[in-house]
Amino acid sequence: MIRLIEDSDPSAFEMLKLLYPHSGNAFIIGITGPPGVGKSTLIDALILEFRKLDIKIAVIAVDPTSPISGGAILGDRLRMQRHATDEKVFIRSMASRGQKGGLSRATKDAAIVLDAMGYEIIIIETVGAGQGEFEVATIAHSTGIINIPGTGDGIQTVKAGILETGDVFIVNKSDKPDADELVHHLTRMISMRKPFKTNLAKTNWTARVLKTIARDGTGVKELADTFLSHFDFMKKNSLLDQKRKKIEKSYFTSLLKDLILKKVLLFAETSGEYMEVLNKIQSREMDPLSAAELVVNNICVLKSNN
Amino acid sequence: MKNKKKIRVLIAKPGLDGHDKGAKIVALALRDAGMEVIYSGLHQTLEQITQTAIQETVDVIGLSIMSGAHLPISEKLINMMKEQGLDDVNLTVGGVIPHRDIPKLKEMGVAEVFPGGTSFEDIITGINKLFE
Ligand SMILES: Nc1nc2c(ncn2[C@@H]2O[C@H](COP(=O)(O)OP(=O)(O)O)[C@@H](O)[C@H]2O)c(=O)[nH]1
Ligand SMILES: [Mg+2]
Repeated sequence: MIRLIEDSDPSAFEMLKLLYPHSGNAFIIGITGPPGVGKSTLIDALILEFRKLDIKIAVIAVDPTSPISGGAILGDRLRMQRHATDEKVFIRSMASRGQKGGLSRATKDAAIVLDAMGYEIIIIETVGAGQGEFEVATIAHSTGIINIPGTGDGIQTVKAGILETGDVFIVNKSDKPDADELVHHLTRMISMRKPFKTNLAKTNWTARVLKTIARDGTGVKELADTFLSHFDFMKKNSLLDQKRKKIEKSYFTSLLKDLILKKVLLFAETSGEYMEVLNKIQSREMDPLSAAELVVNNICVLKSNN
Repeated sequence: MKNKKKIRVLIAKPGLDGHDKGAKIVALALRDAGMEVIYSGLHQTLEQITQTAIQETVDVIGLSIMSGAHLPISEKLINMMKEQGLDDVNLTVGGVIPHRDIPKLKEMGVAEVFPGGTSFEDIITGINKLFE
């Protein structure tokens, strides 16, 4: 099923329509951070903690597609292989397949499938390069952002806007020197942004900063508990509904964009005007901006006259 | 490429084989040929390999076997794949494999055999051919 989604098979979308009403129960956690900070190793340890609570858990691990060959090495699963035969654990690797930010729409669709299949927690691993960490936050109910000590200036590791995006900040590899420094730094940054908070949905949850050693599991129980308490907190404060609404809205909007774009382009390209205008652009009779405005205006007029 | 569908390959090393340098290099070569490669690492049990193939909906399982146990391992895995309904998944085997064993493996149902020394081109062509 997920495979059909990845391959944009039309039958997948029909099935998604049927599955959607059965989704909406899972707690979705996003785990993001630069390559090599220990995301996969940490998720492996988190699976262990959640399984102790007998939670049915799924992981979607997204890795970048090579822009040159279109192929990909999906190596996240390697770190979680001890759970491969656990019936209540489902791990799926996905390649970003050329979508910006590395998080494809297929990821959201796959999450709907796993949600409808009854997985109680779904963890999405995505590389936080560029927009990755912001994108995962448009799918996840709770976003964990991983940093590691010793990667230079602490201030640089904190990208603009990231404090607002993260619900839990994880300092992994805290077996390495300067972990406490990074913890203090992050804590200070978070407390400083408090008075300026405007987003109501986030007002009451103060982002946590936690130290972990993913390799040996140190601090991972606390991390699992923190995610669960964030979930409880959102439920109690009706923040969860707000969050879900936001997530569905952004999903719906991106679907709309996709569909509209497809239809409008098809319409424009099959209209005589398109070729006419294209020729005028080439002969410099018309500039592309005015041409685009003209075509779009005509389509919109046509539609509203119907 | 006519076919938009990407080929998904699971590369796994069953049993006690000591290192996976060769398997990793093959994984890279397959990526460079446009395939999506799930690398699942060393010491995989056959149960892990089958479950992974199911969850990852792969088209090909590529086993790398250096231990000489390719015949019993392949036979057992093929049976497990049948039990689990993985009829559409192609099993390929690479590693230290004497040429006289190739017909035996094919008879069992192994789709392609890549004995040590097979070039990347031949491996890639061999896999692509399965989908023509
Ligand atoms: N020292 C140390 N190494 C770790 C820790 N967590 C992960 N690693 C190592 O960091 C490397 C990258 O881990 P991985 O989980 O693949 O990172 P990802 O790219 O963020 O998914 C691996 O070699 C891990 O063994 C940790 O807490 N301490
Ligand atoms: Mg990873």
